[in-house]
Amino acid sequence: MELINLSIKAIFVENILLAFFLGMCSYLAVSKKVSTAIGLGIAVIFVLTITAPVNWLVYTFILKKGALVWLHPSYAEIDLSFLNFIVFIAVIASMVQIVEMVVEKISMKLYHALGIFLPLITVNCAILGVALFMVERNYSLAETTVFGISSGFGWFLAIISMAAIREKLRYSNIPKGLRGLGITMLITGLIAMAFMSFSGINI
Amino acid sequence: MSNKKILVEPIIKNNPITIQVLGICSALAVTSQLKPSIVMGISVTVIIMFSNIIVSMIRQWIPKNIRIIVEMTVIATMVILVDQFLRAFMFDVSKQLSVFVGLIITNCIVLGRLEGFALHNKVMPSLFDGLGNGFGYALILIIIGGMRELFGSGKLLGIQIIPQWLYNVGYVDNGLLMLAPGAFFLLGLLVWLQRSITKQYEED
Repeated sequence: MELINLSIKAIFVENILLAFFLGMCSYLAVSKKVSTAIGLGIAVIFVLTITAPVNWLVYTFILKKGALVWLHPSYAEIDLSFLNFIVFIAVIASMVQIVEMVVEKISMKLYHALGIFLPLITVNCAILGVALFMVERNYSLAETTVFGISSGFGWFLAIISMAAIREKLRYSNIPKGLRGLGITMLITGLIAMAFMSFSGINI
Repeated sequence: MSNKKILVEPIIKNNPITIQVLGICSALAVTSQLKPSIVMGISVTVIIMFSNIIVSMIRQWIPKNIRIIVEMTVIATMVILVDQFLRAFMFDVSKQLSVFVGLIITNCIVLGRLEGFALHNKVMPSLFDGLGNGFGYALILIIIGGMRELFGSGKLLGIQIIPQWLYNVGYVDNGLLMLAPGAFFLLGLLVWLQRSITKQYEED
């Protein structure tokens, strides 16, 4: 029950893009067509599902204060958590690389669909953001996994709705200075307001 | 290009946020108040400047196919230094910025400048390029942060600016500005204003 609640919260109430502004760069760049937006969205869900638990394991068994006790009891005082950032980004970059290679081996079709987006994802702040939130909020392994998948799904929802709106928007006559970034920000604001109405939902 | 031009151009004419459309995440996330916006602006400026200098110094020895990893390592190291500094000397602001200091690593402005400038230029121009882009970024953050705090809560840097008599005659703070949608609207309008003045339009 707790986990379902967490998942609903991460998808709707505290949507990672609309409430925390994470992953804006790729969101703005790739939301021009629904088909590419779906590709990137699925790739983000995919990568988050894998990297979130891996980062949790790395944090809990290597970086956290006293995490190295399993190696030797005298390591209890060691606190490597200042290395968080550099280790997380390295884990993400290498996981993305591995996912790319595995996908290429298993299914060429999937590789062609996701292939071009995977390198982009390394610098998507949503992925690193999930890892940092997990540390800040002290999630357990199950919570981290659910939070990772749901955040990815929330991001996916936001980008496809934006892409669908932008496809229609091409036929409207928008003031010149507002075209591109300006109108996209205004519409994202409206979507964010709509998502705010989910707040208070508890299961 | 002269150093002065490199320094001045990104501040308004080629602003990293409103024209190049980079680094939007943090520009919106930390700007609900002025103080964290200023701290964030300065942190990012320092990080861009020093990563630019370091990468520019070692640019001849970076193998081409692993350059992204090298750049990431440089940026991450700088971010760790800044994060530790903020925790030691400005703990309350560091708590307010929470995960967004760490997210400077994936801020596309920093990586963009390293890829687009520092890899092909000498140390001095890279320094000015980093400084200019940092200022351009900080400028937008300060404008948005100032407006959100002033109209959202009537304060600037925590000091009450809008006088009590105005509230007495019926003025109400716009609470929407403190929430996420307000940030999106404000940036959208700011972009519109700037592009209408400089006449740099985007074909969509």
